[in-house]
Amino acid sequence: MDKNMKILVVDDFSTMRRIVKNLLRDLGFSNTHEADDGTTAWPMLQNGDFDFVVTDWNMPGMSGIDLLKKIRADERLKSVPVLMVTAEAKRDQIIAAAQAGVNGYVVKPFTAAALKEKIDKIFERVDG
Amino acid sequence: MSESNKHITPEFQDQLKQLAPVLLQQVENDNLEEAVAILVKLQQARSNAHSDGEFSQVLKQKAAELHQRIESGELDSALETLQEMQDARDRGLYQEVGRLTRALHNAITNFHIDANPGEKVEALSEMSEATDRLGYVVKLTEKAANTTLDLVEESMPLASEITQDAEHLRSEWKRLLDRDMTADEFRDLYWKLDTFLNRLNDDSQKLYGNLSNILLAQDFQDLTGQVINRVTGLVKEVEASLVDLVFMASQVEEITGIVRDGQQQAKEKDSLAGQGPQIDTSAEDVVSNQDEVDDLLSSLGF
Repeated sequence: MDKNMKILVVDDFSTMRRIVKNLLRDLGFSNTHEADDGTTAWPMLQNGDFDFVVTDWNMPGMSGIDLLKKIRADERLKSVPVLMVTAEAKRDQIIAAAQAGVNGYVVKPFTAAALKEKIDKIFERVDG
Repeated sequence: MSESNKHITPEFQDQLKQLAPVLLQQVENDNLEEAVAILVKLQQARSNAHSDGEFSQVLKQKAAELHQRIESGELDSALETLQEMQDARDRGLYQEVGRLTRALHNAITNFHIDANPGEKVEALSEMSEATDRLGYVVKLTEKAANTTLDLVEESMPLASEITQDAEHLRSEWKRLLDRDMTADEFRDLYWKLDTFLNRLNDDSQKLYGNLSNILLAQDFQDLTGQVINRVTGLVKEVEASLVDLVFMASQVEEITGIVRDGQQQAKEKDSLAGQGPQIDTSAEDVVSNQDEVDDLLSSLGF
């Protein structure tokens, strides 16, 4: 796993973005960037070569699930791994995210260990 | 028929269903006396269901009058009596409307809305104050979270530097204990230890200070808790007023004979719209922890 990979953290709450960024830094990833919803994330994804997206679900503007669908529908971005970190905990939603091609799903409130486990798992698959 | 749809109790409805064929038969057989008796009976049952004392008394009286007039063949005056009955019924309706209007007014007053002309709609109710209060909660929690994060971000490098230095010194110290150290190296270690101890002193004070500031930053819980409790109280009040209002609206529907098309269809919720944290994690369609998410995903072949 490349510790220098470029990560986009999408969440409408700045404190949540900070927490996720801190946890990622603890895991050795410091090349992190932030967006406050799907609408701001989209142009960033198009212009920057991001290797990984960590997104919330419920956000004003474009939601995380819509962002995920858009990424999967985009020729250039479709293989970028997406981890959902969200308070959305309905079964239907998790199934929908899986069907939309999410690579991992972490429910809030979450632990550093859970985040690490999911990221490791995602890149095990991607690299392997 | 829609006129008499008002105030129909199930009992009356049953009675009506039961008596209507009998009534028709009696009319068919020209047993008018019997037929009228049935009508009077129905009318009485109707009046009982409709607990308007004055109205039912008028009805009883008029029904008897009607009976009599039909008996004696005075059809014109019978029609007149019918009209009078209708008028009495309308009066009852007006009274009911008046009562409902007053109740509606009271219910609206309970919302604590003062609709002064010229005032902004947002400033009309305590609700706007409640929204402000909740906005304050968001601000306060955000501030506390940022303060805590600032302090943590400041403390973590200190802690990791202390760890690194301590590890380094421990290995040097071990070499000293093992007598595996030159005099020059020892002098070096001597000063390193001095620096480390000074630094440890400063940094641990700094860490202690940061931790107690993190402690203080938690005071938002008390303040926001109080605010949220007050807003919750208001929401409950408003809910009670709304229930009153809905009850009133149903009565209005009843007396004006508005018939609803079956069950009001609840708008299907978009299951993919964000719904925020689930408070009741014991609900069937909600996962309660990360393990359940993982189980669900692995059942989908993840």
